[in-house]
Amino acid sequence: MSNDQDNKISRRQLIINGGWFVGLIGLGGVFGWIFGNSEKRMVWQIDPNKCIQCGKCALECVISPSASKCVHAHAMCGYCKLCLGFFMPTPNELNEGAENQQCPMGAIKRTYVEDPYYEYVIDEKLCIGCAVCVKGCTAFGNGSLFMQIRHDRCINCNECAIAKSCPSQAISRVPADKPYLLKNKEQNA
Amino acid sequence: MIRSLIAPNKAASGPADPASAACNRSNQTTLFQLLRYPDAEAATGGRASLPGSLLSAFCFLLSLPAYAVQHFPPPDFTTGHKLPVTATPPPRAEWLAYMDIGVLIAALMLATYFVLWKRNRRAIGGLSIFSLAYFGFYRHGCVCSIGAIQNVAQSIADPNIVLPVVAGAFFLLPLIFALFGGRVFCAAVCPLGAAQDIVLMKPSKAPDWLAQCLGVLPWIYLGAAVMYAAIGSAYIICRYDPFVAFFRFGGSVPMLVFGGGMLVLSMFVGRAYCRFLCPYGALLRLVSPLAKWKVTVTPDECVQCRLCEDACPFGEIRYPTPRDGGISRTEGKSRLAALILLLPVFIGMGAGLGYLASDKLAQVDPAVSLAKRVWLEDHGKVKGTTLETDAVRKHDTPKEEVYLQSLAIGKKYRYGSLALGGWIGLVIGLRLIGLSIRRRRSDYEADSAGCVACGRCYLSCPVERFRHGDAEAIKILEEYRA
Ligand code: SF4
Ligand code: SF4
Ligand code: SF4
Ligand code: SF4
Repeated sequence: MSNDQDNKISRRQLIINGGWFVGLIGLGGVFGWIFGNSEKRMVWQIDPNKCIQCGKCALECVISPSASKCVHAHAMCGYCKLCLGFFMPTPNELNEGAENQQCPMGAIKRTYVEDPYYEYVIDEKLCIGCAVCVKGCTAFGNGSLFMQIRHDRCINCNECAIAKSCPSQAISRVPADKPYLLKNKEQNA
Repeated sequence: MIRSLIAPNKAASGPADPASAACNRSNQTTLFQLLRYPDAEAATGGRASLPGSLLSAFCFLLSLPAYAVQHFPPPDFTTGHKLPVTATPPPRAEWLAYMDIGVLIAALMLATYFVLWKRNRRAIGGLSIFSLAYFGFYRHGCVCSIGAIQNVAQSIADPNIVLPVVAGAFFLLPLIFALFGGRVFCAAVCPLGAAQDIVLMKPSKAPDWLAQCLGVLPWIYLGAAVMYAAIGSAYIICRYDPFVAFFRFGGSVPMLVFGGGMLVLSMFVGRAYCRFLCPYGALLRLVSPLAKWKVTVTPDECVQCRLCEDACPFGEIRYPTPRDGGISRTEGKSRLAALILLLPVFIGMGAGLGYLASDKLAQVDPAVSLAKRVWLEDHGKVKGTTLETDAVRKHDTPKEEVYLQSLAIGKKYRYGSLALGGWIGLVIGLRLIGLSIRRRRSDYEADSAGCVACGRCYLSCPVERFRHGDAEAIKILEEYRA
């Protein structure tokens, strides 16, 4: 009887030991496979050519204000006096009065450069990523304003909450050593 | 999102309709001029007012194909104005990612030491608070071992997806440690486990049948998560992670409610997420029975005092089997044989049901639901458009492309849901088989699969307390030895 029990225990032990080695080899195999195949760290980024400026960037990001903000490729900008990224469609006057501005946060600074050119600079601390200005600029201007995920803010969620709800599927992972998809070709190179 | 849905924007190459664009060109340039010299236009032209002329310009511009058209050549400044540079702050430094892996290894080693050598509940609790702070609040709960299942699954299924080293390490290391010391990861390293463990106040015992039924859920969740990640539609573990919203101090209202509910539940039902949902816990359950060193209530001899009987808040302490066990051996054996024979039936039924549900499951994929919506709209079955279908039209994505992509993904779903259904059948069948296998046990011991190594039972065992030099324990022991 006791002999029978001993046999049983050792048989059980044998199975467990076998399983242990199979498990170790299996995990070792996966380990080797993973580190053979993985190389790049990936981060999330918006393809500005796909973005339709829906405004979800401001709402869906898990941090607030959103990690997705408006950036300006100055080399593409027309420096228009009447920028429809900056101004309401029908501004009362072409000045910096809040009622004339598109941006709900007053995050765009407009400064005179030389006749007839004006420069528009985004104050990123204020921008909430609502894409209102981007919409105006893309539709009526040169499209030099566009949305980008800012990596000093983004916490790189395993599934980006904006990517999940972006209606034009504009957001995907890009290699971390080229973390921006800028519109300006010179800057991209 | 994960997969690119819409082909690269073609509209940038020019207006969609060359003919109408050409006949508008002269008109167009003057109106664009207006934006650059709005005052001049208002002053010299016979227009009534600035707003009025702008309004007409606006209405006209709305009708234009509006894609990245260089309307205004960038100016040559006569004053030598320098363009500001667009800042591109880099992502979190790479060495910090390796630091995370280092911290994970260190925490796992410490946890193993506390659980198996020190056998100290306090130390385990302390380490889990650190893990909650580091992996939870400092790292915002991302990436975690549970979610890393999906990265691994997707990169295996799709060779174009590279697996980030950090995700790979987080997936593997706890499993490797489990091969040595059981679920030490759950004990003190997992931030989700820690969050639930810390709030645990008054554990109530779930009835055994309920715990057994709910215990199947993690396996189903695991199967579904792997399927959705492998096809590339969604990371459902991240989407429905109950505590990540707390780690980030913000999230959608339903997820905050779900997370809050889970926390409150965990006050009374120990580690509700761990036991009844966590898919990584399911994987650990497979590995930890193989552990070289298992968690024991006490490494010394059990005196059968029964003091540990209710010590485990998660109901993972197994009692010695009664000598004259419940049902007879032959009856048990024939039931087992019947269940084993039925197993293929379970799998087949599951696979069939899964196959039937594949269209429903596929709706999670944005490309599939988009194609369906586009079709419904084009055939006048629904009124209005959505942002998604607007995007398709705005980008002039060919409809065939939308449909073809949806079809290709739908095909993957047919195989995927077939496999998922079969998997669910298998899991249920195996659970039934497991229930009818009885192992003889002579002592009280922790279930090697379910024990999360929290160390609470150590405190209840007088033999153990004696080992740690507790004077009171000697009295209790003498009582039982007498
Ligand atoms: S959610 Fe997508 S489409 Fe909407 S503004 Fe953000 S990137 Fe653009
Ligand atoms: S309009 Fe919106 S996106 Fe543009 S600068 Fe202002 S806050 Fe940022
Ligand atoms: S990855 Fe997370 S933090 Fe970054 S933009 Fe997406 S939702 Fe926001
Ligand atoms: S069961 Fe899952 S959630 Fe719970 S501690 Fe383990 S890995 Fe974390």
